[in-house]
Amino acid sequence: MGVGIQVEDLNAWYGSTHTLQDINLHIPANHATALIGPSGCGKSTFVRCLNRMHETNPIARATGVVKMGEIDIYREASPVEIRRRVGMVFQRPNPFPTMSIYDNVISGLKLNGFRNRRILDETVERSLKQAALWEEVKDDLKKKSGASLSGGQQQRMCIARALAVDPEVLLMDEPASALDPVSTSKIEDLIFQLKTQYTIVIVTHNMQQAARVAENTGFFLNGKLVEFDSTHKIFTNPRDKRTEDYITGRFG
Amino acid sequence: MSTQPIQAQPLGDPRKPSRANILRRYTADRIVSGLAVLATVIVLAPLAAILFYLVYKGASSLNLAFFTHVPAPVGEEGGGMANAIVGSSLVLLLASLMGIPVGIAAGVYLSEFGRGKFLGNAVRFTADVLNGVPSIVMGITIYSLVVKPQRHYSALAGGIALAIMMIPTVTRTTEEMLATVPLAIREAALGLGVPKWRTAVSVSLRTASPGIITGCMLAFARVAGETAPLLFTAFGNQFWSFNLNEPIAALPLQIFVYAISPYDEWHRLAWAGALVLIVLIMVSVTLVRVFANRGVLKGGS
Ligand SMILES: Nc1ncnc2c1ncn2[C@@H]1O[C@H](COP(=O)(O)OP(=O)(O)OP(=O)(O)O)[C@@H](O)[C@H]1O
Ligand SMILES: [Mg+2]
Repeated sequence: MGVGIQVEDLNAWYGSTHTLQDINLHIPANHATALIGPSGCGKSTFVRCLNRMHETNPIARATGVVKMGEIDIYREASPVEIRRRVGMVFQRPNPFPTMSIYDNVISGLKLNGFRNRRILDETVERSLKQAALWEEVKDDLKKKSGASLSGGQQQRMCIARALAVDPEVLLMDEPASALDPVSTSKIEDLIFQLKTQYTIVIVTHNMQQAARVAENTGFFLNGKLVEFDSTHKIFTNPRDKRTEDYITGRFG
Repeated sequence: MSTQPIQAQPLGDPRKPSRANILRRYTADRIVSGLAVLATVIVLAPLAAILFYLVYKGASSLNLAFFTHVPAPVGEEGGGMANAIVGSSLVLLLASLMGIPVGIAAGVYLSEFGRGKFLGNAVRFTADVLNGVPSIVMGITIYSLVVKPQRHYSALAGGIALAIMMIPTVTRTTEEMLATVPLAIREAALGLGVPKWRTAVSVSLRTASPGIITGCMLAFARVAGETAPLLFTAFGNQFWSFNLNEPIAALPLQIFVYAISPYDEWHRLAWAGALVLIVLIMVSVTLVRVFANRGVLKGGS
């Protein structure tokens, strides 16, 4: 089951560059939330703060409070624990090149020492079905390397990999940016199904995509959250002039 | 992206190459390819020459006895280098068992944990200096550190000397190969909640393993022919010995002894020994390659 995320006064830096400034928002449980904004405005940085990936960069730093349900993720949990509960799908598919499809999908379990064959088999099948990839790969799960799939298949495999550890929140950073329309619509269908069980945060440059999949949308600009509201409100009647300019294509 | 109307290109436009231009590119391509082939030949020629010469000089002395007998005493015919072949294998196995894990561990530390840290820079510097230490110095050092306190030469001392010579190569190639593993792959593992040390070992190291294996093989091949460090440590032995705590025979030592002897028969045996040494190195490197590739391609764990 998903869990809500409360962000309070989040600030993030790369070296001395103040990349995110005073972000406050609430991401509701079991819904999809879209983040939009021009390139370089800090969307990726923001989602990386939600699973403590930001701090893996030696020059990066963050302050503020991020609460997952009741847990303050920066003070009351270890990064490893948080990343198991908050799955992430990256902008570009990043399969483990030395592993088969099967091993890729259950890598999160195996690398954490989980060995029960039967449960691993079940998890692979369930996750690949959830990611709408099962039918395409079920015959060469262990024969083919994960890197030998097409880009769109790789991305769905990465989604399956994130789902296999059974997270409560799924962060998707432009999951469809490198994909063709067919794969993209598969991933959108997937988000539709997943959001009944998971809390989903999806970064996208595609307005229609945000409008199709997300209940809520946040608009970022230059490291600030300009506006956060229901997707319908953002796209039909935004409060802020800058949001309106962006969604009508007047800049960015 | 702004859209511009497509315009007809005027003649001589660099984007639309002329015939002469294409011919020039073609010629340049041929010249560069030719140079590459030439360079390959230059690289391979010494190896081919050495092999050819060794076969020419040594093959005639190779017989079953060479592989089954210990050296014959002066004045007697026949004899072989069986004990030296086994001895070399033992010493090299010892050296690899000690040197490769330590070297890889140090390389992982340098690449994954020690970046920009004082200890990291110190280790890197030490490895580079160690790489430049002449092998005879390594022999003398292990002599005073291991052989003298123990009061006797030993296979173990020889293994230690060769292990220390392997470490810098293994460490530096491990570090360099790990540096080629894309950040995205590490992030994939970290993002799944895999701890950093586990990511380093099970993901980064595994992804880089083909290159690291090459590095280990280079280190192995390099020390396999070393004579100087063994002179003061393993010392050599004319008889069978399987005790790691006793002096042991080794091919390079036996070759050395035979080569500086005044007897023609021993000279021929030295050539044969050299041939066997090179072939053994080539075979072991190839075997490791084949098995390692099999493990990696399967993608199992
Ligand atoms: N590893 C890094 N080191 C230094 N600066 C960085 C790093 N990653 C991002 N930045 C900077 O932080 C700012 C925000 O980057 P971020 O990747 O969060 O933008 P984004 O909104 O995801 O953009 P895009 O839509 O192009 O993916 C940019 O100005 C970028 O230059
Ligand atoms: Mg981004």
